[in-house]
Amino acid sequence: MEYGLDLEYSFNEFLKGFGLSSEIAHIIWLPLPMLLVLVAAVVGVLVTVWLERKISAAAQQRIGPEYAGALGVLQPIADGLKLLVKEDIIPAKADGILFTAGPILVLVPVILSWLIVPFGQNLLISNVGIGIFLWIALSSIQPIGLLMSGYASNNKYSLLGGLRAAAQSISYEIPLALSVLAVVLMTNSLSTIDIVNQQSGAGILSWNIWRQPVGFIVFWICALAECERLPFDLPEAEEELVAGYQTEYAGMKFALFYLGSYINLILSALLVSILYLGGWGFPIPVEIIAKFLNLPINAPFIQVFTASIGIVMTVLKAYLLVFIAILLRWTTPRVRIDQLLDLGWKFLLPISLANLLITAGLKLAFPQFFGG
Amino acid sequence: MSIAITTQIICFSVLSLVILIGALGVVLLESIVYSAFLLGGVFMSVAGLYLLLNASFVAAAQVLVYVGAVNVLIIFAIMLVNKKEDLKPISDIKSRRIISTSICLTLLSLLIRVDLTNAWSLSNPQNSIGEESTIRIGEHLFSDYLLPFEVASVLLLMAMIGAIVLARRDVMSKDISTGLPVDQELIEKSSEPLLTNKN
Repeated sequence: MEYGLDLEYSFNEFLKGFGLSSEIAHIIWLPLPMLLVLVAAVVGVLVTVWLERKISAAAQQRIGPEYAGALGVLQPIADGLKLLVKEDIIPAKADGILFTAGPILVLVPVILSWLIVPFGQNLLISNVGIGIFLWIALSSIQPIGLLMSGYASNNKYSLLGGLRAAAQSISYEIPLALSVLAVVLMTNSLSTIDIVNQQSGAGILSWNIWRQPVGFIVFWICALAECERLPFDLPEAEEELVAGYQTEYAGMKFALFYLGSYINLILSALLVSILYLGGWGFPIPVEIIAKFLNLPINAPFIQVFTASIGIVMTVLKAYLLVFIAILLRWTTPRVRIDQLLDLGWKFLLPISLANLLITAGLKLAFPQFFGG
Repeated sequence: MSIAITTQIICFSVLSLVILIGALGVVLLESIVYSAFLLGGVFMSVAGLYLLLNASFVAAAQVLVYVGAVNVLIIFAIMLVNKKEDLKPISDIKSRRIISTSICLTLLSLLIRVDLTNAWSLSNPQNSIGEESTIRIGEHLFSDYLLPFEVASVLLLMAMIGAIVLARRDVMSKDISTGLPVDQELIEKSSEPLLTNKN
């Protein structure tokens, strides 16, 4: 499977053409993918915010934003600008240092997790060996930031929201990790690239969703809970807690929370598509298309085609899931905190454990279908 | 000196400084909340040191277990019982301090001895396994380190049963801390929603 564009290699060769050493070329290359991912994440958030406004409007038979740009597409930018120029308020009795550090601690791990999101064979920042495990580890830092901002606000609602957020994300991390483990078991690797390649054998038929239906549902529920989306948005339940840990925040610090939650939503959708929906894979394998067009798999046209279809497919699948998440948010009621914890510990945890066991058994029984 | 080595040295010194200052802060700061958050910072920097040693799996496990679970639980506990009260002065504080200092110094000398007697340099640094380490750790856990692994799980099970016994006082006839008989009815009632009683 060693095909696809290697942008880093070509870029380094291009710089070496100007007489630069390979180390300097590497240093010039390093910030580029990071910047690109940051821009991609922020643009993804803008698109998601617009989608959320439009879809919620459609669900409630309103029009939604319509004056800022055609169909209101500039509305999220206007929102962002508003938050950018708002006064930054730190409440008098709040703890200034922790109050500022909280939102940063919430946002940074989420952005760092984009390190492992692949858009194609070589289109990711770093193919680290621990791959998906890095995301699980990084997402466990978030509750500290939530607790920190909840505590530092010096407000009962904030503290309750922070505690709820931490309890929720600890409880749902376990079934989440167990369902990821079942996929890893089938792949024999933690790397996201290997996970996608393992599903690329027969197009749509070889996607993990057919082999891991239970894991897919458990993962999706847990991902929604980790993102604090309705029906699991208890940490900021408006009717009970004002806005949970965000109550005292304004301006750019609030925007960091806002960005963090939407980047997290897109990231979760991307990871669902990578783990269960074949990642960058087209429903029909590229090899068949190449054979149909009578071109060798290494032809430049096929390579560019593969890379672009990879990006399009990954983004398409992710946004389909984001669409489902938004529809869920505007059509389902919120669960109570005891129902939430019951669901996590008494239902999802045993089910994901059983799923892991059955996957291991099936792997031993049918090694050709479940990764020998 | 190549760029990679310079970066490594800078990272190492920054991480070590953060660990040292953070650990001192955990011990010396008055506010217990700050101590807990600093402890998280120290755990993170230790994970950074593991990353510098090419042990990325161990680093991620360190973040997941120590920052994501242990530290979050510590902060959680502090926030649930954060009472603002003046603690009673302890009468024999001096002798206690002397005992704890001597124990800490003994542990420190033990660590220094291990540091001095152990041969740290690898015979062949090219043989480092790097990304392979995940597989190697798994193999060890299920072969020669199987017994410690299983004993650790028994320990966790004991802790879990203990926590359940403490939390579900209705399974006990007597209160553990006071020795008084437990009012079973009250516990049963408190688990009902409040609104059902208002009629």
